[in-house]
Amino acid sequence: MESLNCEDLGTRLVNQRLRALPDGGHARLVQPRGRHNLAVGLSSRISIEIEGNAGYFVGGLGGNRDGTGPDIIVDGFVGWSVGENLMGGSVRVRGSASQSAGASARGGTIVIEGDASLRAGISLKGASLAIGGDAGAMSGFMAQSGIILIGGNAGHGLGDSLYEAIIYVAGSIDSLGSDAVITEMSDEDILTVKELVSEAGFDHIDPTGVTKVTSARRLYHFSTHNHGAY
Amino acid sequence: MCGVIGLLIRDQALQPQLGSMLVTMIEALDERGPDSSGIAVYADDRSGDPPETGRVKVSLGSDAPVDWNRLTASLEGRFGPTLRPHAFGDGLVLEVPPKEEDALNAVLAEGWSDVRVLGTGLNLRVLKDTGRPSETCARFGVAGWTGYLAVAHTRMATESAVTVLHSHPFVPTRDLCVVHNGSFSNYATVRRHLIAAGVRFDSDNDSEVAARYLAQRLEQGDDLEEATRWVMKEMDGFFTLVISTASELSVVRDAFACKPAVVAETEGYIAVASEYRALAELPGISTATVFEPRPEEVYTWSR
Repeated sequence: MESLNCEDLGTRLVNQRLRALPDGGHARLVQPRGRHNLAVGLSSRISIEIEGNAGYFVGGLGGNRDGTGPDIIVDGFVGWSVGENLMGGSVRVRGSASQSAGASARGGTIVIEGDASLRAGISLKGASLAIGGDAGAMSGFMAQSGIILIGGNAGHGLGDSLYEAIIYVAGSIDSLGSDAVITEMSDEDILTVKELVSEAGFDHIDPTGVTKVTSARRLYHFSTHNHGAY
Repeated sequence: MCGVIGLLIRDQALQPQLGSMLVTMIEALDERGPDSSGIAVYADDRSGDPPETGRVKVSLGSDAPVDWNRLTASLEGRFGPTLRPHAFGDGLVLEVPPKEEDALNAVLAEGWSDVRVLGTGLNLRVLKDTGRPSETCARFGVAGWTGYLAVAHTRMATESAVTVLHSHPFVPTRDLCVVHNGSFSNYATVRRHLIAAGVRFDSDNDSEVAARYLAQRLEQGDDLEEATRWVMKEMDGFFTLVISTASELSVVRDAFACKPAVVAETEGYIAVASEYRALAELPGISTATVFEPRPEEVYTWSR
């Protein structure tokens, strides 16, 4: 296992050393001190542990179209856009995440054990985002496909302008965004939540007790009824 | 970008550490605002004067080279020993009785047009400089400063020039400081209204407009929270604002919370910064309550 000191090496060298690891490799990043852009753009099936807080974009742009990729664990807080545009593999955050967690992520799994701040899962495009605690306002904004699971409460404007992503909330919802609706849970939904709950290790979420939020699809097409507004 | 910082010390024993805590925070936000910086620090008046008879500290700065010794000598003739001049960063802090403040401004306006008042206050001193914020801190020994409250700013200019006078914090009235990350889109309109009402501006900076509008509301009798709500209502744009008075620290973000902010609350201090990494090295951070301010909610802490 390779141990990389972020203070000594700097972000660029750390990422180069990670990129050089073959499939099955393992690395430990020490002294991250909230540094941005750690472990980004990696495609090998390696495992990485970040010992401390990471900054913006940690684990972003990682993984492959087939869903494989690095498995990254951050033992601390993360800044904006953890796992942005993730393609495969996983990012697990033991602490809380700042804004835009999992933004535009296409594949793989992002797990936030603590809370996620505003706009979690914005423009999600196929990945699974599991949040153990609360999610901030405007989460799931314009999310196109994939799953967002919120173990705690959701802030205002949940799922605004949602496309085909599905949001499950275990706690309360401050308010739904434009065109988001609460839909009945099916057996298939319960199975989906069960699988994600088990992958994330979120024992506190009862898959049969979550609220499902989807798009009402009223914004999909122009309505002559709204002609006067243009 | 830009980095904003606020630090309110509640445990008196931590006051000597204000400067070193501040430098830790500024260094972490250095790359968010590499072109210039400003620091405002509040300390109880060392002379022990009660506030009602306390001297006004007038912080001076300039974008042109100034012979501060010559300025001091010429002012001492007029204001005598009450002047208590001391160097502060690249500038100068003078201490005059409140009734002499106008006279001081008049003398400066007449003979020292390059010199500007960066801020005034009973407890406040202000330093602004261009260049890397971390280098400014090192050059002026900021780590050794003491006090009970500070705000700071690392600037990446988007709306106006990179100069000392365009740097934050803006200090529109005694002991009131505003630092801003973001940009206002309707600032020219609001500034026109303020100018028509007799408000004077030091720069064409958008953030200065918010600061002067805030000061006008406070002058009209609003408390800090009300005045801040008016700024949210009237000023259109993106902002995280960190605001300080002689006894309060507050933070507010726009409706979309486009600009970052993180708060760490401990029994000893309240720290506000653009990014968590600016808080990560503070003493006792592992037991702090850490959260991100919600959009359009005004958070205020008192001494």
